[in-house]
Amino acid sequence: MSDLDQFRRDTRAWLDSNCPPEMRKPVTADEDVFWGGRNTKFSSEPQRLWFERMRDKGWTVPDWPKQYGGGGLDGAEAKVLREEMSAIGARPPLSSFGIWMLGPALLKYGNEEQKQEHLPKIAAGLIRWCQGYSEPNAGSDLASLQTRAESDGDDYIINGQKIWTSYANYADWIFCLVRTDGTAKKHDGISFILFDMTSPGVSTKPILLISGKSPFCETFFDNVRVPKIRVVGTVNRGWDVAKYLLQHERAMISGMGERGAGRPLGQVAADSIGVDAEGQLDDAMLRGQIATFEVDEAALSCAAERAVDLAKAGQGHPAFSSAMKYYGTELNKRRHEILMSAGGIDALEWESPRSHEGAKPRAWLRTKANSIEGGTSEVMLGIVAKRILDLPGA
Amino acid sequence: MPLILNEEQTMLRDSARGFIGDKAPIAHFRQLRDSKDAIGFSKEHWKTFAEMGFAGLLVPEAYGGSGLGAVEAGVIMEEIGRTLMPSPFFATAVLAVTALRGGSEAQQAAYLPKIAEGALLAALAVDEGTKHRPSNIAMKAERSGNGFKLSGDKAFVVDGHMADLLIVAARSGGSAGEREGLTLFAIDPKAKGIAIERTVMVDAHNAARIVFDNVAVDADSVIGDVDQGGALLDRVLNIGRGAVAAEMVGLSDEVFGRTVTYLKERKQFGKLIGEFQALQHRAAHLYTEIEVTRAAAMKALQLLDADAPTAAAAVAVAKAKAGTTATLAVQEGVQMHGGMGMTDQFDVGLFMKRARVCQELLGDSNFHADQLARMKKY
Repeated sequence: MSDLDQFRRDTRAWLDSNCPPEMRKPVTADEDVFWGGRNTKFSSEPQRLWFERMRDKGWTVPDWPKQYGGGGLDGAEAKVLREEMSAIGARPPLSSFGIWMLGPALLKYGNEEQKQEHLPKIAAGLIRWCQGYSEPNAGSDLASLQTRAESDGDDYIINGQKIWTSYANYADWIFCLVRTDGTAKKHDGISFILFDMTSPGVSTKPILLISGKSPFCETFFDNVRVPKIRVVGTVNRGWDVAKYLLQHERAMISGMGERGAGRPLGQVAADSIGVDAEGQLDDAMLRGQIATFEVDEAALSCAAERAVDLAKAGQGHPAFSSAMKYYGTELNKRRHEILMSAGGIDALEWESPRSHEGAKPRAWLRTKANSIEGGTSEVMLGIVAKRILDLPGA
Repeated sequence: MPLILNEEQTMLRDSARGFIGDKAPIAHFRQLRDSKDAIGFSKEHWKTFAEMGFAGLLVPEAYGGSGLGAVEAGVIMEEIGRTLMPSPFFATAVLAVTALRGGSEAQQAAYLPKIAEGALLAALAVDEGTKHRPSNIAMKAERSGNGFKLSGDKAFVVDGHMADLLIVAARSGGSAGEREGLTLFAIDPKAKGIAIERTVMVDAHNAARIVFDNVAVDADSVIGDVDQGGALLDRVLNIGRGAVAAEMVGLSDEVFGRTVTYLKERKQFGKLIGEFQALQHRAAHLYTEIEVTRAAAMKALQLLDADAPTAAAAVAVAKAKAGTTATLAVQEGVQMHGGMGMTDQFDVGLFMKRARVCQELLGDSNFHADQLARMKKY
């Protein structure tokens, strides 16, 4: 038996005895997700147990080095862990922009001090991060951002406004793009900087969305003082860090549809609508839509697997994450259109305990942002056209 | 297993691409088409295919073959898809070999070495109606003496007009719609009562309609067990579907490559048309579809080789996906080539015709999406 087979057996056994049954159910409500942070609360005892057991093994971030609180797994082992978790429907023990986005950027661009200061706290869920990228006039055209960081001795003084800052109102720290040189070309005067959200001059204001919720905020900086040592990477070269991080963000968003997928969509629909005498979904047109969707979804998951294998073999294209982001988010929107259709009248309920306060329609509305956030589908297609297909112009 | 070709498979691809690109470019296909060639493929090329080990790719080494698997068959099919090379590879080396491997020692010894040598061509006769519905096979195989009498019509028999051996799926028991009662037979096409009509199809590739009128065959011609041919037939059809999916990946990728090249060359309104965002986005979307399809096809072929229980579902996904992607690729190819895309002189229309045939071959996208839904029980 190979080491990897042994690892799979051990992992399966460990998960089996350590993942509480309650943590093997699909995520249906906001409180099912544990985000960590200074002011965090566990919504249940099983959630706490599951998180702590995984944290103690370093498996909140299985492929990070052990010295930073990770599990030290190699790519193949991390894949086995993902597969085994997915096989039992295990929830992620910790959801975090620190894990998905900042961590990889720090591992690549951070200095040793920054890694030691921040990575273990991310792994242990002690600090919750938010992302300060978009501004009111710099969304998809991110590099036109205007938030200024002016030099003042060993510090920067930061002024400006961010928008679409996910969960800024709950975050402890922010990773933020600021303009440190207003005279340079637009990509060349940007720096990537970290600071505490409790710093004087930082304020946030939630934005109510069509889903009736406000995961996003406007974030304001009014003479916020931040030490220069908080810059990650080289001053004025923050665009490199930003782009690297965006690849991870796009990979994260493209994978969103897979999370909590569990049962085939057709069976979910059959439970709700019923079946005909032959056991087929009692809505032939919807059945066809679902089957076509499931073909695309299964094919996408093959492509995601292949992308990892290509990257491992050094044959991946750095812009491929844009193709996956585009495809994954469009598919996820389709999934939720189907879920709404399958749910019929029941899926229209907005405020009732029976509907978990409209979990279904709110989730449906939320997915409409998938093809906007992290770069719109059109921006992704533009990136593929130019960087992979090498088409001319602009 | 990683979803990428390993070193040996990459070498196989390179040698196939080298030979096919060099000796059988689209001009070769056009020449056969325009001369109304009697058999529709090049015997010389098939001989070279045998020498390169391609004809016996799936034949075990004990019978003179290379003993390779579905992934390797897909590698060859993808290259065939790129130049539309007419070749007995699919019908003989993929379908027939897989069927015969479910046969007796004597049948394997009789046929497989000859196939590997390139000396024997075979065809699989399954379809009867307008659409691919293998469970609805109605062709009768009635017991008669020590053997059977076969009666019925088969259509869309790839390479049926030039086969030295026909592998025929018929109903020895049960009734249409049932899986039990199917039997596979290995039959000499010259047997009394067989009438073969070569059908000229839209894509100018080879297929035939075959009428069986009380054809007497003896018990030795049964492949596998009487009435139990369903499982073997599924295996044959699934590897065939995986192979056609790979052909469609090759075809789609080729059309796409030509289209992108055209976008970079053709000027309108004083600009390269590739500068127009509307076309850029459509090209990028098509690229994504092709990459997703490529991964799905590779997955299906790998799972077939691993004999995994999930292989059938993966094949349904791959064939369904490849059908819609190929359809999109050829439609976009013609549209983006503008008026030139409509001319016979430009190759893109040839790909469009081949894609339509590949869609129908062994089940179209709707058929396979429906299969997937059935497997998932909804």
